[in-house]
Amino acid sequence: MLRAVNQIAQISLLNLRNLPARAGSSLVAVIGIAGVVAILVAVLSIAAGFRETIASTGAADRAVVLRQGSTSEMVSFVGGDSARLIKNAPGVRFVDGTALASAELFVIVDLPKLPAGTPANVPLRGVEPAAFAIRKELKMVEGRPFRTGTRELIAGKSAALSFAGLEVGSTLRLAGNDWQVVGIFETGGTLTESELWCDARVLQPTYRRGNSFQAIYVQLESEAALAKYRWTLDNDPRLDVAVERESDYYAGQSQVLTDLITSLGLVIGIIMGAGAAFGALNTMYTAVSSRTREIATLRAVGFQRLPIVVSVMVEAVVLGLVGGAIGAAAAWWMFDGFRTSTMNWQSFSQVAFAFRVTPDLLVLAVAYALVLGLIGGILPAIKAARLPVATALREL
Amino acid sequence: MKYLPLIWKNIWRKKARAIFTLLSIVMAFALFGLLSAVRAAFSGGVELTGADRLVMVHKVSLIQPLPFSYMGRIRATPGVEAVAHATWFGGYYQKPENFFGQFPVDPENYLSMFPEILLPEDQKRAWLKDREGAVVGRRTAEQLGFKIGDRVPISGSPWRRKDGKEAWEFNVVGIYDGAEKGTDTTAFMFRYDYFDEARARGKGLVGWYTIRVDDPDRAAEIAQAIDANFQNSPAETKTSTEKAFAQGWANQIGNIGAIVEAISAAVFFIILLVAANTMAQSVRERVNEIAVLKTLGFGPFKVLGLVLGEAFFLALVGGVLGLMLAQVLVGGVGKVLERFLPIFYLPSEAVTTGLVIAALVGAIAGIVPGIQSMRLPIAAALRRG
Repeated sequence: MLRAVNQIAQISLLNLRNLPARAGSSLVAVIGIAGVVAILVAVLSIAAGFRETIASTGAADRAVVLRQGSTSEMVSFVGGDSARLIKNAPGVRFVDGTALASAELFVIVDLPKLPAGTPANVPLRGVEPAAFAIRKELKMVEGRPFRTGTRELIAGKSAALSFAGLEVGSTLRLAGNDWQVVGIFETGGTLTESELWCDARVLQPTYRRGNSFQAIYVQLESEAALAKYRWTLDNDPRLDVAVERESDYYAGQSQVLTDLITSLGLVIGIIMGAGAAFGALNTMYTAVSSRTREIATLRAVGFQRLPIVVSVMVEAVVLGLVGGAIGAAAAWWMFDGFRTSTMNWQSFSQVAFAFRVTPDLLVLAVAYALVLGLIGGILPAIKAARLPVATALREL
Repeated sequence: MKYLPLIWKNIWRKKARAIFTLLSIVMAFALFGLLSAVRAAFSGGVELTGADRLVMVHKVSLIQPLPFSYMGRIRATPGVEAVAHATWFGGYYQKPENFFGQFPVDPENYLSMFPEILLPEDQKRAWLKDREGAVVGRRTAEQLGFKIGDRVPISGSPWRRKDGKEAWEFNVVGIYDGAEKGTDTTAFMFRYDYFDEARARGKGLVGWYTIRVDDPDRAAEIAQAIDANFQNSPAETKTSTEKAFAQGWANQIGNIGAIVEAISAAVFFIILLVAANTMAQSVRERVNEIAVLKTLGFGPFKVLGLVLGEAFFLALVGGVLGLMLAQVLVGGVGKVLERFLPIFYLPSEAVTTGLVIAALVGAIAGIVPGIQSMRLPIAAALRRG
């Protein structure tokens, strides 16, 4: 037993020390695997960044009320009378006698997307004053909040960076009226930072919404108060709405695009992985055949089959790991934090976000590279072990 | 021709290597085909738009509705041949995951505006007779199991019914196909007259207009003239060519598609380089065989031909098989992705481009060892072996 372990260690080390002599063909396998891993990580980091931006928007102690059956704010409708009932139902936190609840409108405006200046659907949210107390994470970083009753708006930091014309002091023309940009806010990188905010009461006539809203955001008394709140709304015959925990609502909003990108990434990763594995197989076959005489000699002086198999596998796995590490590092260096914006098909509106190469993705990358290396090594290793000693020694 | 058996034997000299090289080329081209389909899907069918069609939306944003009464004024604009309208309905069938585009339209106008929608004549007549009738694209019909004669409820639409019922119910009276393989066959269209009468609010409003002009070269000019009609009205408009509109939509999705494509393309070429390197290497290993051939009287160009032929064979066979695999994959992956990407097919230009790339790979892999073989000094090569 000990002898076997000893043999394995000896041959594997010998092998790895010889690796530089086969640098050319080994490099080919490493580059192939690195490329595949890099792209897998890069594509999945798009999905990870997008999901994180949207999911982090919601809090567990807040709730969103939409019309029954609506899948997003965009397609929801809540009348003014219903909104009043929803804002004052039991379960909502009250401060100084007023409910921490905000009835909101969610529309899109056409703004040029930077750098190309092509038109993009930028979300504009009309809010009530309580909205600021509900979103405690919102902080003004430039300028000031809009004044109630005026055509002023504030822009999220991501929106201000991604779309043209959102500097403090600039003017936007919406539906024949001029609107002043008076401030920039931050919410710690959440979806809200992609939005513009203004007074809901001023937005209603601009978009001809009468006294109607699309969503009600409320601060719950506690996380547990959701059940009570939902029971009240569900059992009020005057209402036709569905209440959802804000964190659940936002987790669902990223579903479509995240699923699309993830499935694309996996399909591409698997196909390319197969291509790279065949490349690795070639490399390892070449490695084995260039060492035919060496392996035969080892066998002739008493080394057993298993150590030979293991040594080839070790070489393949090392190549895989090196490729995986290079690929993962390259993807991390090039794509982590890369900022872009896309349209979230569920809300029809633009979401600015940054790619996120998460530790999970790096682990996945290296594991995948390892698997590719193993696949590349197994057949050549068996071939090496099966070499007939006498003929192999004669071979050139 | 008589050298084909020799090339064939050379290729299979090392069976495992030839097979793995071929397979890695196959995989690279399968990926290439798949990415071409993804690109076509992300560009939202920009290539398929009609050159003589314009799209008119509300100037503030395309979610704002336009008055139905604009129809007559648009048609009266010089250069306008026909007008059709549609509205985003935004519902789903049974559960939110089953989403697809639903639009109330005026059947006759709409079908004549979009000749790429192929609806059998009898089904069209049935639609004109049934106010609650709807026609659905083949893809959605197959996915959700809709058949002619079914009564299907659509829920979740922002458009409420004035009778207070949650779901809108329609009779499926027709299933349409697309004239081209890129035509979107996921839409569900029903009658605007029924929709307008039954909805609780927003009567007399439509989502957008599609306009056909008599002279595509004057499209931009006519678009301006149409918009001028509605300047300073409560609902100002923005008219652009259908192509520009589709392009704008693709731009909204942004550079995500481009990034996926760019990095995949990089890896495509890496895999091809790996394969080309292996092919070149297998020739280098046979230097003394080539020297023997030359001793036997094979001229330099015959030797070059043998080596190039081998490389071309592997690259082209790999390319063809890969593109065939891509065709299969696009079908299979399309099933998975169809709820996100309604248009998913392998564009025919991609096949042509793929074959050109395959030929280039063959040339690159074969040319260096080929020329080396041509110039090979026989005596030195024989001694080296």
